[in-house]
Amino acid sequence: MNEDILKRVQANPKFAELVQKRSSLGWLLSIVMLAIYYGFILVLAFSPATLGASLSGGVTTVGIPVGIFIIVSAFVLTGIYVRKANTEFDQLNQQIVEEAKQ
Amino acid sequence: MKSWMKSTALASLSLLPAVAMAAGAIDGDVQKQATNWTAIIMFLLFVSGTLYITYWAARRTQSASDFYTGGGGITGFQNGLAIAGDYMSAASFLGISAMVFEKGYDGLIYSMGFLVGWPIILFLVAERLRNLGKFTFADVASYRLQQTPVRTFAATGTLVVVALYLIAQMVGAGKLIQLLFGLNYSTAVILVGVLMVLYVMFGGMLATTWVQIIKACILLSGATFMAFMVMASVGFSPETLFQKATEVHAKGLAIMSPGKADPIDSISLGLALMFGTAGLPHILMRFFTVSNAKEARKSVFYATGFIGYFYILTFIIGFGAIVLVLNQPAFMETIVKDGKPLTQLMGGNNMAAIHLSHAVGGDLFYGFISAVAFATILAVVAGLTLSGASAVSHDLYASVIKKGKANEKDEMRVSKITTLALGVIAIVLGLVFEKQNIAFMVGLAFSIAASANFPVLFLSMFWKGLTTRGAVIGGAIGLVSAVVMIVLGPAVWVDVMGHAKGSAPFPYKNPALFSMSLAFFFTWLFSVLDTSKAAEEEKAKFDAQFVRSMTGIGASGASKH
Repeated sequence: MNEDILKRVQANPKFAELVQKRSSLGWLLSIVMLAIYYGFILVLAFSPATLGASLSGGVTTVGIPVGIFIIVSAFVLTGIYVRKANTEFDQLNQQIVEEAKQ
Repeated sequence: MKSWMKSTALASLSLLPAVAMAAGAIDGDVQKQATNWTAIIMFLLFVSGTLYITYWAARRTQSASDFYTGGGGITGFQNGLAIAGDYMSAASFLGISAMVFEKGYDGLIYSMGFLVGWPIILFLVAERLRNLGKFTFADVASYRLQQTPVRTFAATGTLVVVALYLIAQMVGAGKLIQLLFGLNYSTAVILVGVLMVLYVMFGGMLATTWVQIIKACILLSGATFMAFMVMASVGFSPETLFQKATEVHAKGLAIMSPGKADPIDSISLGLALMFGTAGLPHILMRFFTVSNAKEARKSVFYATGFIGYFYILTFIIGFGAIVLVLNQPAFMETIVKDGKPLTQLMGGNNMAAIHLSHAVGGDLFYGFISAVAFATILAVVAGLTLSGASAVSHDLYASVIKKGKANEKDEMRVSKITTLALGVIAIVLGLVFEKQNIAFMVGLAFSIAASANFPVLFLSMFWKGLTTRGAVIGGAIGLVSAVVMIVLGPAVWVDVMGHAKGSAPFPYKNPALFSMSLAFFFTWLFSVLDTSKAAEEEKAKFDAQFVRSMTGIGASGASKH
């Protein structure tokens, strides 16, 4: 990458906007995922009986829907990110790239 | 060929197990079973199909970029399937369903750990990796650092992880095939070695990816069918399934709740699974097969979906095996262990999913699932071999030895020679480790990936202050401490070396919490202490790297086709 393009990108306010938006969404979703998973691990480690409690009187325990929820949440969170990144962020990115070439 | 089949058939007859050993298919001793012709025919179909693909791919594999990345023209959806395929190894299909079969809920906990690393990879790593790298993750780690030391370190990390994973897969393959096909252990190991070399050497990444995609599709359809049949047998009511399972399982209601686990060990295991995934070289390499960051993101989205779906299926399959296979005389055997009779699942718990396929789909489907299990191993070892070969030819040969001035033809030749060498090494190690306890190896591979590869890769993209000295020393400390803590921990000290229980100098099975922290700390420390001129230049290059990682300007291009 030559110096001119680099300077132009860095000076472009859209670049700052892209970095800010993408990083905050990325970190936010990472923290949500980590909180869900390590929250689960902590309950598992310190209060396993919570997960072993019966869900509605039968043999199915609270742990089963919680487990399915964690698996589904991983998929949903990636979906949110990809949707946002492939539309909004990529559009912004495209503009930055084009403006840098001029 | 004919005499080979005849001798195998004879050998299997003479070895028909009167008494099978108490062990799993993936580790421990197994007895060879009767030759399973349906499975062999289905497997031959798979092999001829994949060899045809290799032939097709070979004609499209001309340049180094074709070899390493399949020309960069794989779509996000295809790559998502291939990544999922790399992840759905025989160990996770048979191993996790066996864990559910044995312990119930605890098996689900394990699969969650494997899955939740994926969103993190997407949010923080995937697009930066695609924008900065070309063929290997070392491209990214060494982007603004000194090539020779960083690439040497990254190639070492890659080869160690690949070797451990490869040994585990080869030994697993040998034992599994003895059980499923009634072939000799050594025949099985050699067969796997030869086929993987053929795929990689001639078909490169294109063939490796398509073998993985096809396998992922047949494995997902087979598992879907099994889970559907299980649910159909209980009238599609999970409560009925769990009810019946708790009635027949020796542990009763306990299989519905988590078992006892050490908190530190659980957290440490979670870290190894989560961040180890983001440091596995054969997985990271897949991000360079797509044309841009957008496709890289899509790959992770699809991969997460397929992997999550697959783990839900294995959970149903494990419970299905409890209901339909456990205590059914046709699937049980009584063996002698430590002088006492023990009734167990025929061939060990790792066979739970395989027996279930027999119970729900008869001989034909049983043959199909056996063939799928074999195909799974083949596809995974091919990906590992390709990643090991790239580390040698691209990182060590072209960048370290030739200082980036190697011509493409020579680089390709080196990668093919390395592929052949890795094939031979894998076969030899597979034979050497036949009788060894290798259960710790995949855990060790994940711990090293999380403690050596991941910290360096992550900091190189996120922290301006990273210097060559910090990366190499910190990464090496991560690698060494992971190995030392595993060897001094219960998995090797007690289970492999046979010292008394509880005597292990390092008390935890999973070292990642400690070894990863050490790696991050020392990488930071040696980077901030590094006041050399080179370090200043490396920090100064961060801004340009950051712009490229964010925007993709200057990123290595898409397919040239």
